[in-house]
Amino acid sequence: MRKLKADAICEAVKKMCILAAHKLPADTLSAIKKSAGRETGTAAKILKLCLKNADMAQKELIPLCQDTGAAVIFAEIGTELFIEGDITAAIFEGVRRGYKEGYLRKSIVSDPLFERKNTADNTPPVIHYSFIKGSKLKLTAMLKGGGSENNSRLIMLAPSATLADIENFVIETVKSAGSKSCPPLIAGVGIGGNFESCALLAKKALARKIGSSNKDKRYDALEKSLFKKINNLKIGPQGLGGKTTALAVFIEFAPCHMASLPLAVNLGCHSNRHTEMIL
Amino acid sequence: MTTRLKTPLTVNDLKPLRHGQEILISGIIYAFRDAAHKRMLEENKIPVNLKNQIIYYTGPTPTRPGRTSGSCGPTTSARMDKYTPQIIKKTGIIGIIGKGKRNEEARLAMKGRVVYFTTYSGLGALIAKCVKKSEIIAYADLGAEAIYKLEVENFPLITAYDINGKGEIK
Repeated sequence: MRKLKADAICEAVKKMCILAAHKLPADTLSAIKKSAGRETGTAAKILKLCLKNADMAQKELIPLCQDTGAAVIFAEIGTELFIEGDITAAIFEGVRRGYKEGYLRKSIVSDPLFERKNTADNTPPVIHYSFIKGSKLKLTAMLKGGGSENNSRLIMLAPSATLADIENFVIETVKSAGSKSCPPLIAGVGIGGNFESCALLAKKALARKIGSSNKDKRYDALEKSLFKKINNLKIGPQGLGGKTTALAVFIEFAPCHMASLPLAVNLGCHSNRHTEMIL
Repeated sequence: MTTRLKTPLTVNDLKPLRHGQEILISGIIYAFRDAAHKRMLEENKIPVNLKNQIIYYTGPTPTRPGRTSGSCGPTTSARMDKYTPQIIKKTGIIGIIGKGKRNEEARLAMKGRVVYFTTYSGLGALIAKCVKKSEIIAYADLGAEAIYKLEVENFPLITAYDINGKGEIK
């Protein structure tokens, strides 16, 4: 059994929060560059400003966006790994330190309905634990902003729903988000599972690498079709028009109940901040 | 064509602006968002004189030592729609800067009195460079949702709804 100290997890989470807030993922950066080359006028100008913003954020250590998000942490734990200490406490402390030492915005309120008092350290994070083979710990930190999260949607469709019904729901979600979710977007789509796992599929989809293909040919075709249709909406960067409304569409799918066809769309903004670390 | 504006301004200075017109503004603007709106209306007390001022919907990141401001791009304006008619009435503001479209109620309240601008969303680092000074002047307990006084230089705006309420955004 390999051993890993919880302190190392805390340090990793801290670093990931700070890094994700300041450094645009390489795949997102190159997707924006590519789109900027295809656009003209206002859309081209804005995409170039996105690149300048990324450059400025990294050089001057000013977060890419003022909404440094809720911290969403995926912890994939190797079954042959023994963690010495409390992993949950370590992740909490990592978030706490990352948001303090990184001068990130604390955006979490204690109660959704009544006090709405800021917890002042951006905890609690949202943590998803799962198990993988081996003796490593794979951590993914996603800083999820409210603008794109607020326009995300889930629907429980009937199995009689057609591909067109699926596509329409995804397209309508992007359309109604308009400029509010900071396009060009990444659309994370979850299909199948049940009510709660479908939303998680959509969230996981946002962490996929731009340019990678879906392993299933049928879903790959659906991703490509949605990508084209979303870009045909011409919402464009900042909602000011253009060919680039989405940078990518990613689908994650799972088996589901014979009575159901859950569908979730989780939107990611043009900064889609996330980073990974393997310990 | 980019227009340059410098505060203090009156509504007459904003009247010639039309939808889509780009502006670089310099001077003082006031930043606050959801929680400050709510408190002002609940307490029925405006803690800062906002007459003839331009307000900006943002909640900045904390300012790093040696910097003039934290990241401070616009937040979604639609969340403020519910408060906007009352806020306009009670403060006498002449401009609002935010992100995205407004509902009919907010648009109607702005018509003839307030110009609505957007600025570059998700580009908080770039915008921070236009902020020369940032200080919390009220509701400090709200943290990022406090009221900030920002001294800006060549801060980029796009006219979204002009003084006659004309203009469409996605």
